[in-house]
Amino acid sequence: MGILDSIPHVKAVPSHRPWPRAIVTEAGWQAAIDRLADGELTLLGFWGEPTAVHMAMRDAGSAAIAVVTYECPAGTFPSVANRHPPALRLERTIHDLFGLVPTAADDLRPWLDHGAWGQSYPLSGGNASRDVRPYQFLPAEGEALHQVAVGPVHAGIIEPGHFRFTANGEHVVRLEQRLGYTHKGTEALMQGASLEAAAKLAGRASGDSTVAYAFAFACAVEAALQIEAPRRATLLRALMAELERLANHLGDIGAICNDASFALMHAQTGVLRERCLRAADTAFGHRLMMDVIVPGGVRRDIAPDGVSALRALVAQLRKVFPRLIELYDNTASLQDRTVTTGIVKAEYARRFGAGGYVGRASGRDFDARRALAYGPYDALSFEVPVLEAGDVNARVWIRIREVEQSVALIEQILDRLGPGGLETALPARSGGGACEGMALTEAFRGDVLVWLRLDGELRIDRCHLRDASWFQWPLLETAIEGNIIADFPLCNKSFNCSYSGVDL
Amino acid sequence: MRNTLFESLTHRSLTEPAPAPDGSALAELAAKVDRAAQARLGRSLAIREVDAGSCNGCELEIHALSNAFYDVERFGLRFVASPRHADVLLVTGPVTKNMREALERTYNATPDPKWVVAVGACAVDGGMFRGSYACVGGVSETIPVDLHIGGCPPSPTDLLKGLLALLEHVGGKG
Repeated sequence: MGILDSIPHVKAVPSHRPWPRAIVTEAGWQAAIDRLADGELTLLGFWGEPTAVHMAMRDAGSAAIAVVTYECPAGTFPSVANRHPPALRLERTIHDLFGLVPTAADDLRPWLDHGAWGQSYPLSGGNASRDVRPYQFLPAEGEALHQVAVGPVHAGIIEPGHFRFTANGEHVVRLEQRLGYTHKGTEALMQGASLEAAAKLAGRASGDSTVAYAFAFACAVEAALQIEAPRRATLLRALMAELERLANHLGDIGAICNDASFALMHAQTGVLRERCLRAADTAFGHRLMMDVIVPGGVRRDIAPDGVSALRALVAQLRKVFPRLIELYDNTASLQDRTVTTGIVKAEYARRFGAGGYVGRASGRDFDARRALAYGPYDALSFEVPVLEAGDVNARVWIRIREVEQSVALIEQILDRLGPGGLETALPARSGGGACEGMALTEAFRGDVLVWLRLDGELRIDRCHLRDASWFQWPLLETAIEGNIIADFPLCNKSFNCSYSGVDL
Repeated sequence: MRNTLFESLTHRSLTEPAPAPDGSALAELAAKVDRAAQARLGRSLAIREVDAGSCNGCELEIHALSNAFYDVERFGLRFVASPRHADVLLVTGPVTKNMREALERTYNATPDPKWVVAVGACAVDGGMFRGSYACVGGVSETIPVDLHIGGCPPSPTDLLKGLLALLEHVGGKG
């Protein structure tokens, strides 16, 4: 049974692929909110247009996916966040960009809009303005409490964001994040852009996930146009996606240990990460593999010496990585910092639909590669590790297990890489006017969603990119509670949420 | 752990031979760097990295500078935690409007003499994000820039070339 069977709707939108989209009345919108709040549905995405809001949802039981749209020409829609907290930041973003007002919303503080753009509601098409007031952090009161403000410029080489800790002595009683510092107006720049330019913008949503974003963007375009990339291109896409996952996980494992003052691991994994990037450079001509995946296929073939470079990388990892796992497992001083630190409750991970290692370390058994079985993962074998502890240690172990899986996947792909074309030609026009596509891919930190509508000339009418971090950042606020401020870097690194990916 | 440590003792070092300083970077710097500062700083520079709105791609490669292959510290270059400890601001991103004030404040908090290096295509002129309602554009539109290192993102070797050019000049050899 599809999701829309139980949600009253006005009409289905025929040109939306591969999952259905339907326009709903207020009753239908409320029914969708009810089912999200009950936990029957998981929120996948929530985004706006000048006079409409959309929610993508997944049925926890049947794995069906659907999008519901509430048209709001009067500029208001029933708040989702006051019943279903995971929607809160997305709802505040919709208000910031489009000026649409969620009725009965508990929290309508700006999220991306810091009052610096010189205009309000930049994607609304109108020129209404909002009154700018100083940003109010949520109150936490008590005799012995004090506040610690950190950022947006941090002490390390990391992205900018602001953290407001309220502490009782050393113990954190509340953390509130304020992000938006890297908001670049990406979705506005995409409007009217050619597919080529938009694919490049998608590939720069979050630099560490450039492959995953380009992959999802390409799949969404292909779904909209009802074309398929050639098989060899699909395998090369997955090869790059696994290399990206490998490089990021290796970097993270070392960085987490480094934040627990164990620099040896950082040095060792840093070498392995660099070897990954060099192999990627040899194989695909760019260390991060930017702009290789394009709608229709891949822009370039793997270089002649790329296969041997990747095989050498795999051999090196198979030799060295087990020793590093042993090192992690046998170093009590390190585990003393990671075990039982920064616990994410399983209930929160499920409710927020947390993807990646954050969800999988807290018992949420979801991986877009397996759940959606997009090509070529439908034909590859791999396991999805899941743990229950939900602490920093569990998030490290999920990464370790995923490194092993990615190494095995890279070997499988190299073995299957037969000859074949690289790009399916795109039609010059969409044929029947506007068409819409949606896709999810599994980036190293969780599922990335891309939704887009193309006009008749294959230009972007509207494109929305949703990073896994939207549903992970709020859980970091819960994970730090009761821990000491000094453990925050460790907790934060174990999440490694994207700033740019959510600020866009 | 013992095996890993022993192996590190017997293995050859991984560090890359140092690349030559970038020629055009030297030329750009020649006009800007003060000789008095050279005597004061010698061949050592403390770098504060500031992400002014990048996609994080540049940060990944700046991080790589500290790995065993590039090992920037052997050149006297080291990353510090505060602008108050820094000689150099390494700035990335198309400078979002939401970060402009923080960047200005970081610049003002950095003691003289100081140099600003804009890293990455976005930091040079806004890159793909030029013209956005939310971006200022290149770093030089907010604070004075002494050296640009382009690339999307620049490779660690490109970064090293630029930074060595800066070091050569500051050290009095340029």
